[in-house]
Amino acid sequence: MIEPDPAFLAVRNVSMRFGGLLAVSDASFFVKEGSITGLIGPNGAGKTTLFAIVSGFQKPTTGHVLWKGEEITARPPHLLARAGIARTFQIVQPFAGLSVRENIAVGAFLRHKRRDDAIALAEKVAARVGLTAELDKPAAALTVAGRKRVELAKALATEPKLLLLDEVLAGLNPSEVRDIVPVVRAIRDSGVTVLMIEHVMQAVMNLCEAVHVLAQGRIIASGTPAEVVATPAVVEAYLGHGAATRLSGKRDA
Amino acid sequence: MKDRQLSLILAFAGIAALVPLFVTAGTWLNFAVFTLILCLAAQGWNILGGYSGQYSFGHAAFFGTTAYLTAVLQTRYGISPYAAFAIGIAAAAAVGWVIGFLSFRSGLKGSYFALVTLAFAEVFRVLANASEITGGAAGTLIKLDVRPENFQFASRGTFFWVVLGMVVLAMLLTRALERSRLGAQMVAVRENEDAARALGVDALRVKLAAIALSAAMTGAAGGLYAQYFLYLDATIAYGTWISVEALLAPIVGGAGTVFGPVVGSIVLHSLSEFTKSLVGRIPGIDLVIFGIMLILVVRFPPRNIPGLIRRWRGTK
Amino acid sequence: MLEAVANGLLTGAVYGLVALGLTLVYGVLHIINFAHGALLTMAMYAAWVCWAVFGLDPYVAILPLVPIFFAVGYAVQRFVIMPASQGDDNNILLVTLGLSIVLENAMLAIFRSDTLSVQVPYAMEVIEAGPMLLSFPRVVGFGVTLVVALVLFLVLTRTDTGRAMRAVAKERTGAALVGIDVRHVYAVTFAIGCACLAISACLLLPSFYVNPRVGNAFVLVAFTIVVLGGMGSVPGALLGGLFIGVVESLSGLYLGDSLGQLGIFVIFILVLLFRPTGLFGARA
Ligand SMILES: Nc1ncnc2c1ncn2[C@@H]1O[C@H](COP(=O)(O)OP(=O)(O)OP(=O)(O)O)[C@@H](O)[C@H]1O
Ligand SMILES: [Mg+2]
Repeated sequence: MIEPDPAFLAVRNVSMRFGGLLAVSDASFFVKEGSITGLIGPNGAGKTTLFAIVSGFQKPTTGHVLWKGEEITARPPHLLARAGIARTFQIVQPFAGLSVRENIAVGAFLRHKRRDDAIALAEKVAARVGLTAELDKPAAALTVAGRKRVELAKALATEPKLLLLDEVLAGLNPSEVRDIVPVVRAIRDSGVTVLMIEHVMQAVMNLCEAVHVLAQGRIIASGTPAEVVATPAVVEAYLGHGAATRLSGKRDA
Repeated sequence: MKDRQLSLILAFAGIAALVPLFVTAGTWLNFAVFTLILCLAAQGWNILGGYSGQYSFGHAAFFGTTAYLTAVLQTRYGISPYAAFAIGIAAAAAVGWVIGFLSFRSGLKGSYFALVTLAFAEVFRVLANASEITGGAAGTLIKLDVRPENFQFASRGTFFWVVLGMVVLAMLLTRALERSRLGAQMVAVRENEDAARALGVDALRVKLAAIALSAAMTGAAGGLYAQYFLYLDATIAYGTWISVEALLAPIVGGAGTVFGPVVGSIVLHSLSEFTKSLVGRIPGIDLVIFGIMLILVVRFPPRNIPGLIRRWRGTK
Repeated sequence: MLEAVANGLLTGAVYGLVALGLTLVYGVLHIINFAHGALLTMAMYAAWVCWAVFGLDPYVAILPLVPIFFAVGYAVQRFVIMPASQGDDNNILLVTLGLSIVLENAMLAIFRSDTLSVQVPYAMEVIEAGPMLLSFPRVVGFGVTLVVALVLFLVLTRTDTGRAMRAVAKERTGAALVGIDVRHVYAVTFAIGCACLAISACLLLPSFYVNPRVGNAFVLVAFTIVVLGGMGSVPGALLGGLFIGVVESLSGLYLGDSLGQLGIFVIFILVLLFRPTGLFGARA
C-alpha cells in the first residue's frame, strides 16, 4: 500500500531490469514543484531509462512513480503528456520531413484544437527558445544546436507542468550553452518545473537547486549542487574508485 | 498560399466537369469514369499510407466490401441503391477499423502491416468466392434498370459527374484533414511515432481514425464501381489488382498530398492507354509499365512525378 | 486421412523449399521480398519452356535453370533492389512489389493467361507405401527438397560464403568492418533464394500447372510458412512448410478446395497478430 505523497513528482524504489542488466536499481527521489532539479551521473548510469519510466515509455520492473500523490506508473505517454509531463529525447527525435513550425505545432495541438491557435502558440514558443528565424526550414536541415532547440520547443509547446530534459546541452559549444541556460531558467520562471539530465557541470551548478546523482542504477547522493560535488561517493563514481581520497590527499599535500 | 490549393481544386473540378461535353465517345468516357473511380480508391489509400505512413497492400478489402454491399443489398433485399451505398461505406469503415485495431494493437508496422492487410483481403476474396450471398464464383449482377432513383443514368456523362463530385469531395476532405489537428497528428505518427506519443498523440487512436476514413473512401470507389459496371465477382471486388491500383497512384503522384493520387491516377492511366495505342492490346502491358514507373519513382527520389519534374529541371 | 496427411507432408516439403528462399533473404537482408511469387512464376515458365521447346524433362531442367536463376537473382538484387531501396523499409516494400507487378504481367504479355502444363509419363504415377498411395512427383519433390536443404546447410556452415552470410545476418556493420563485402553477400543470398525457386519450379511443374498468377497462390503460402517458422529461420521454413502442407491437405479434405486455402490465411493472420516471431522461431 502506498500512502499519498505530497511531493510534486516522487520516484519510489524503481528498478528496471533488461535481461541480465539491472539498469536502474531501487532508485527513489523527489522533485519539488517550481524547481530546476538535476539528474546527473556517469554514462550508462540509467538516467535515460529513468526518464523513459517517468514519461511512460517503459514499465519499471518494480517500483512506483507518483505525480501529485497519484500513481502514474506505466501510464501510456500520451496520457502523461496530457496530464502535464513532457520529455525531450537524448537522441533528438524530430519529425524530419516537417518544417520547424510544423514540428512545434504537433506539441501545440495537444491543448489547442484549432490550427490557427496551435500555429500561433508554436510561433510564440519558437520565439522563447530562439527559433523564430528557422520556422520555415525543414527540421532535418538544422544544426545540432538547432535540433536541440526544436526538441525543447516541441515539449514546451505541450504546455507542461513538468519538463524532463535529457541532455539538451550535450554537443553544444560553450557559447551555445551560454545561450540556452537563460532559456531554461525562463521556462522555470514561467511556472514549469524542470527535471534535467545533464553532463555539463557548469550548467548544472548554475541552474539546479537540487541534484540527484545516479551511478550504476542507484541514487548515491542528493542535495544542492555544491553539497553533491563535495560528496566522496560522487567523485568516486565519476573518476573511479579511490579518486576521492587521492584528490583530498593531493589537496592536503 | 492556402487559397492557391483551393483554387487548384476548383479549377480541376471545373475543367474536368467539361469533359463529358467534349468527349462523347463511349470508350473514352468509360476510360474517364474508370480512372476517376480508381482515383477515389487511391485517395483513400493516401489517407492511411500517404499521411499516416501505414502502407496497406490490402485496400481491396474495403473496395470489395462496399461494392458487394451496394450490389447485394439492392438485388437481394430491395434496399435503395443510395442507402445500400451509404451502408456499404459505413461497413468498409468498420472493416477498416477492425483490421486496424487487430494489427496496430499488436504493433504491426512496415512490411508486417502490409502482409497482414494483404492476407485479410485474400480472406475476403476466398469467402466471397465461396459464399452463396455474393453469387459465389458466378458473381453478382445488378439488374439494368436505368432510372436516377436506381443510381443508374441514361448517359455516361451523368455518372462521370457523380464520380467527379466524389473525387472533388475527397480532395476537399483531404485538404480539411491536412489543416486539422487529426491530420497533423497523422503526419507526426508517420514521421516519428515515439516523438508523437511524447507530445500527447494517441498513436493507436490516430491510426484507427486514419484507417477508417481511408477505408470509407476506397469503399466509396468500390460502390461506384459496382453501380457503374453493374457486375462484380470476387476477383474484381477483392482482387489484389485494386490494392495495387490504390497504392500506385499516390506513390507515383506524391503520397501525403491532396493532388498526389489525382495526378498519379491520371498519369498512370493515360500512360497505359498511350502504350496500348502504340503496341496494341497486349494483356498485362499496362501493368508492366505501372511496375516500372513504381520502381523508377522509388529509385529516383523525390519519389513522385512533381519531384521528378523538379529534378529534371534542376539538372538541366 | 492418413493418406491426406502423407500427401500434405510431401507437398509441404516443396512449399518449404519455396519458403526457404524467402526466409533466407529475410534472415540475411532483413527484407520481405514481395517479388518472390513472381520469380517462382517465372521459374515455372522457364521450366515449361525447357520442356515445350527443348524437350527437357522438368527434373533435368533443374541443371540449366539453377545457374540461370542464380544469375538472375544476383542481378536483380544488385541492380534493381539495392540501388532503389536505399535501405528504407517502405522503399524495399515498394520496389519488390513493383518488380512482382512487372514480372507477373510480363509473363501475362508473353504467355497470355492460358494455363499451361507439361505432359510427362510419370505425372499420374503412384507409389504404394503400405496402405497409402503416394503421388510419384510429390515423393520426388520431397526427396529433392531434403537434399537441397542438406546442401544449403553445408553451404551455410562449411563454406566461406556461408559463414559470411551468417555474419552479415547477425551483425551487418560488424561484418562490413572485418572486410566482408556486404553488397556481394546480399546479392549471393538473393541468388541462392532464386536458385531454390528454380528447383521448386521444376519439382512443381510435373504435378501442377503454370499461369501468370500461379506464383500468387504460392507466395502467401510461403509468407505464412516463413512467419510460422520464424522469420529468417531455415529449419523453421522446412517445418513450417510441412505443417502448412498438412493443414492445406486436411482443410481441403474437410472444407473443400475453395475454402481449403482459408485455413492457411487464417493461420497466417493469427500468427502475425499474436506470435510474429513464429511458432518455432526464437524470440526476436
Ligand atoms: N531497451 C534496453 N534494452 C537493454 N538495455 C538497455 C536498454 N535501455 C538501456 N539499456 C542499458 O541500460 C543501461 C543504462 O542506460 P541509460 O541509457 O539509461 O544510461 P544513461 O545514464 O542515460 O547514460 P548516458 O549518460 O550515456 O546517456 C545501459 O547499460 C544501457 O545499455
Ligand atoms: Mg542517457
